[in-house]
Amino acid sequence: MEKLNPTLVRGIRRVLKAFRLRFDPEPDVCPTSAITPDELSWPRVVRRAFSDPIVTHESTGVHGRGTEEVKTNDVTNRIGIGEVGYVIEFGRPTVGVRFRDIEKMTGALAAIGIEFEPKNPVTHMMTDQKTGKLRDDILNEKILSAIVEFKTRIENVPVVLNRVKEVSTTLDTVVAVGVSTRCGENGDSALDDVLSEEGFSFVRGKTNLGLGKL
Amino acid sequence: MTNTLHRYGSADSFNDDFIVFAIPARGINDANAVEKQRRFLEIARKHNPVNIGDASHGALFQSSKNLNPAVHWRRKEQRDLESVVNCVSCPTTVSAVFDNADDTVAFVKELKQADLGLSINISASLDKAQECARRAGLERHSVEYSLGFIGQTDRIADRQVLEIATMCGHGMLSFSFVRKLLEWVKQGRRSPEQASVTLARFCSCGIFNPTRACRLLEEAKKHS
Repeated sequence: MEKLNPTLVRGIRRVLKAFRLRFDPEPDVCPTSAITPDELSWPRVVRRAFSDPIVTHESTGVHGRGTEEVKTNDVTNRIGIGEVGYVIEFGRPTVGVRFRDIEKMTGALAAIGIEFEPKNPVTHMMTDQKTGKLRDDILNEKILSAIVEFKTRIENVPVVLNRVKEVSTTLDTVVAVGVSTRCGENGDSALDDVLSEEGFSFVRGKTNLGLGKL
Repeated sequence: MTNTLHRYGSADSFNDDFIVFAIPARGINDANAVEKQRRFLEIARKHNPVNIGDASHGALFQSSKNLNPAVHWRRKEQRDLESVVNCVSCPTTVSAVFDNADDTVAFVKELKQADLGLSINISASLDKAQECARRAGLERHSVEYSLGFIGQTDRIADRQVLEIATMCGHGMLSFSFVRKLLEWVKQGRRSPEQASVTLARFCSCGIFNPTRACRLLEEAKKHS
């Protein structure tokens, strides 16, 4: 940020405009330090928690979107052999989402018996985890993205992913899908075959090296 | 955070993109995590990272509150690795980005010897990450797959923009901003290096890969 006089900045812009000229500044510099964050109150404050990566989610103590997934699985054993963890992220990349769209998905998933991960910021916003119902006062709040987490047995992967696909077509946003599993002793993953059979292609992912200790 | 998971691109497009990060499990092994995370970053410094960061306090490329008009012509990039290391003050996620497999393997080998006890993950193409793990004498414990984007995908940008914008998984790089810098590079108003550093400043946790961004911008310029 620069701290220039706003009147001076406006004056220079007007002079340049008169000559059909435009200054070509650095795109990430505010000349007058005019951009400041507002103080937010409930329910609007949830926008910051789910949009600003520097803010810690109070419910989980984790920055960013507030989830640990399989990144700490070597310590927590959250996802065991034969189990699959899901991270369904709404609004990513950069489209954004309102909580009412997230509720459509959590409701549909709860209807097929999904139990949501308790250490997750979206689960903390639920008034009824059995139905996937979110708090009424946040449903219209728009955020950059939020993640719903849960796990199932590996044999349920096709049913769950197809349900997620179906519901995502009815939402007013995009959805990024991630699945995870515990590997065997040789580093093999039973999910490779299941995902290929279901027609999913995968190139990129996160690999936990198992160096974490209690 | 899944901020590194859903980068867009072909397998080849990730040949210069390896993110290694360390994270403690909350309430389980986060005691003394600060010292261990500083050690992680100090080890990373020895292996030529292209970016490092701490999710709570910022990264190698940072914005500044004290600029003057000269920055529009001469902007000195201060990349202070030391201050990133010293700023770690609470259990968080720390990361280092590399642009080749050899440096990644050397870093992971040294992390293995250091025995920090934190969970260490590699975010990269799945094959390359497994290869790096094996070269470092490790087998992967768990794996997370990105299955891409579904839903109203007509609302997202084209391939060129998406490859760059998704390098900040927290959405700090809007499609419009990336598109603007792509146009500037194509028009010769900024070099790919300048544009990639500008983009990197928006990624507060330091997982943006300026080397890959620079390559993508150069390719875009060549094909424009």
